[in-house]
Amino acid sequence: MERFAALLDALLLTPSRNAKLALLAAYLRETPDPDRGWALAALTDGLDFPAVKASLIRSMMAERVDPVLWALSREYVGDTAETASLLWPDPVSEPLPAPGVAEVVAALGEASRSTAPAVLADLLDRLDTRGRHALLKLATGAMRVGISTRLAKVAFAQAFGVSVEEVEEYWHGQTPPYAPLFAWADRGAPPPRTDLLPLFRPFMLAHPLEAETLNLSEYAAEWKWDGIRVQIAHVSGETRVYSRSGDDISATFPEIAAALSTPCVLDGELLVRGVHQRGTAGGAASFNALQQRLGRKRVSNVMLADYPAFVRLYDLLIENGEDLRERPWDQRRARLEALAARLDATRFDISPVIPARDFDELSEIRARARDEAIEGVMLKRRDSPYVAGRRAGLWFKWKRDPLLIDCVLMYAQRGSGKRSSFYSDFTFGCWNGDPDQGAELLPVGKAYFGFTDAELKLLDRHVRQHTVAKFGPVRETDKSLVFEIAFDSVHASKRHKSGLAMRFPRINRIRTDKPAHEADRLETLRAMIAPENALDRDQ
Amino acid sequence: MVCAMKPPFSWLRPEPTGLYIVPADAWIDPARAVDIALVTHGHADHARAGHRQTISTPETLAIMSLRYGVGETGARAVVYGERISLGGGVSATFLPAGHVLGSAQILLEHAGERVIVTGDYKRRPDPTCAPFAVTPCDVFVTEATFGLPVFRHPPIGEEIARLLAARENEQGRCILVGAYALGKAQRVIAELRAAGYRETIWLHGAMERMCRLYQEHGVDLGNLRPVAGVPRAALANAIVICPPSALNDRWSCRLPDPITAMASGWMRVRQRVRQRGVELPLVISDHADWDELTQTIAQVNPAETWITHGREEALLRWCELTQRKARALALVGYEDESD
Repeated sequence: MERFAALLDALLLTPSRNAKLALLAAYLRETPDPDRGWALAALTDGLDFPAVKASLIRSMMAERVDPVLWALSREYVGDTAETASLLWPDPVSEPLPAPGVAEVVAALGEASRSTAPAVLADLLDRLDTRGRHALLKLATGAMRVGISTRLAKVAFAQAFGVSVEEVEEYWHGQTPPYAPLFAWADRGAPPPRTDLLPLFRPFMLAHPLEAETLNLSEYAAEWKWDGIRVQIAHVSGETRVYSRSGDDISATFPEIAAALSTPCVLDGELLVRGVHQRGTAGGAASFNALQQRLGRKRVSNVMLADYPAFVRLYDLLIENGEDLRERPWDQRRARLEALAARLDATRFDISPVIPARDFDELSEIRARARDEAIEGVMLKRRDSPYVAGRRAGLWFKWKRDPLLIDCVLMYAQRGSGKRSSFYSDFTFGCWNGDPDQGAELLPVGKAYFGFTDAELKLLDRHVRQHTVAKFGPVRETDKSLVFEIAFDSVHASKRHKSGLAMRFPRINRIRTDKPAHEADRLETLRAMIAPENALDRDQ
Repeated sequence: MVCAMKPPFSWLRPEPTGLYIVPADAWIDPARAVDIALVTHGHADHARAGHRQTISTPETLAIMSLRYGVGETGARAVVYGERISLGGGVSATFLPAGHVLGSAQILLEHAGERVIVTGDYKRRPDPTCAPFAVTPCDVFVTEATFGLPVFRHPPIGEEIARLLAARENEQGRCILVGAYALGKAQRVIAELRAAGYRETIWLHGAMERMCRLYQEHGVDLGNLRPVAGVPRAALANAIVICPPSALNDRWSCRLPDPITAMASGWMRVRQRVRQRGVELPLVISDHADWDELTQTIAQVNPAETWITHGREEALLRWCELTQRKARALALVGYEDESD
């Protein structure tokens, strides 16, 4: 566990991607099986110990530390696992030697809800502060050391001199501690087979379109839909729905999994049918509607009926065992169109190609698009193969310009992670009338990014110097600072006192130049509600 | 008839800008220029320029004079243990606080009541200054910079050993240690010497004068040289000390692939390390940690504890749990984050 704990800290404190890769590659090369496989799983979120949750840590600490001192410490440190690692009392008697990663995984895996406190306490007793931190992170599954699954795969490839595409491909059929994967990469054993299982294939991603214009004879344009990107794989009678990160979300969207019986791997956008929208087929609802369905492990029949999901198809990767990924996009598109015509039309439709003659016309069509489910435009090179990740020049995304509004900072809370102990979670509001006539500010949203590190310090100082009241961890400020907030859309919402909910708000600029009473009013924000929703509200 | 009794200790008044000693018309560590100021130690948040008269230890006065050029006429030097009269029936005694060179607790006596104002202090051994003296009193006015139970500074020897090990393991690179120019820098250097490190230690320009002042006061820091004008190659495997602000500054581009280290009690918390972009955190502090704060209050065992600056809520809670009378003073101007 010491080596793993040292790796975690080194990864956390090393900003450079290359240095992180080198650290992780060295660990994977030098650490024996099965520790390295379990460590890899821990770093890429592949471990789950149902008996150990953050609430268990909190309750174990409550038995050992005064609740007020715990709360103050937790608030300052900004992380439950780290706070517990620092406050865990030294054991009374000489503990057993520190456990290895595999031993920790085995002990936590066998623990039940009733034995977990004793198991975890025993492990904590046997580790120093740093080891305790690594243990609690591993047990609760939130590493936050800046290692994405992708980066871990690159490090794995680098460690053993194999190609990252192969690693991507073989990884998904494997479970921790990935013995066949290490045997293949480290010792030259034959690679694990992938064609017999409904495995996840890495997504092809797009670069943002900057200032350039593209020639539409080389690039096809499609709408970019505001849902969640999914892959649906049907192999050997089994169907899986995968999210962008490769998580299996079949159980969350059973109607999609049940609707596919053709052996293929599809790429598309998962959306919810917009019941309030007019039109014959029923369009896609806003992201707000889709959110009702996300993150549920089980779905009720009511949910299925009220928020029916469907997939708007973008691409076809594999059909009847034939891998199409090397073929150019226009060939795959033709195959997709032919296939889509045979699929269940209530669950699958195809994302249409936008019929624009040239880039100027496309700009106009994009500017006119009012459908709330449209996030922007995708541009795909007609001859592009389907490759994992973002490759330069093949696919571009051209998002809609954000909406802007000036709001006043009202409340702040300390952040977590990189922003811990800084006041960095901000609630801001708009005036409910003329501020000179006694109008009040009503909260309209929260944002915790969009600012630089230097601005974060400035904002933190502002909050500390302008606090007028404290409610637990929340500070109320004197409402003197104006933010220009950028957001993608705004919707009517019963959950908020202002009656409005913003989608994806972020701090665009800090308007130290603007007095608070000149910030925008609620009516301005309300006027930005997309027309379909506004109609709903009036009905 | 109701007898108008003065509440105890009303002769010492916490004001937003500092502690005011009413009968003597004098202030302790005031945040603005006043007539008479008693200064606990030389850090800029406690020792400000422009008082008509500054009363402090000779070392602190020397530090202030180096920084602001305090005039001879306005300085009154008091050695540790010397009891002076401030007028109005108040006497003051400066006692070692163990924080930095010249740092003092100030014992105030008036009408049979004894109050100690600690300024900043620590209890760990420090070769660059006199150790904290535990002294009985009625009111103990303590700092609380690291007043949370998560702050437990490890023995400094461990941190110095990690610094030296990193130097051994990363041949060809240099180690850049961010440390406050007054106190922390000299303590790190003295502890490196105590660990047997004999090489030249290199200094950022902002460190030179304070190190010289320490040396003039008899603190052995070994061979020190300014880094300015030295070719990059000569600094391979070197240890360079700079102020924290220079750590991620353009200035450090002149160094050969430096490992960024920072000597501070805040380095105990990972995300603080990360926020500063530090690769090698050294948990070295000149302030009392949680254990030192609570032990000190228990040893001094005052009738009342007043808590001046830092994370006072947690220390207040500890006093409540151990049934000690305590209150938090809302003083402004002390740097929350220094150290």
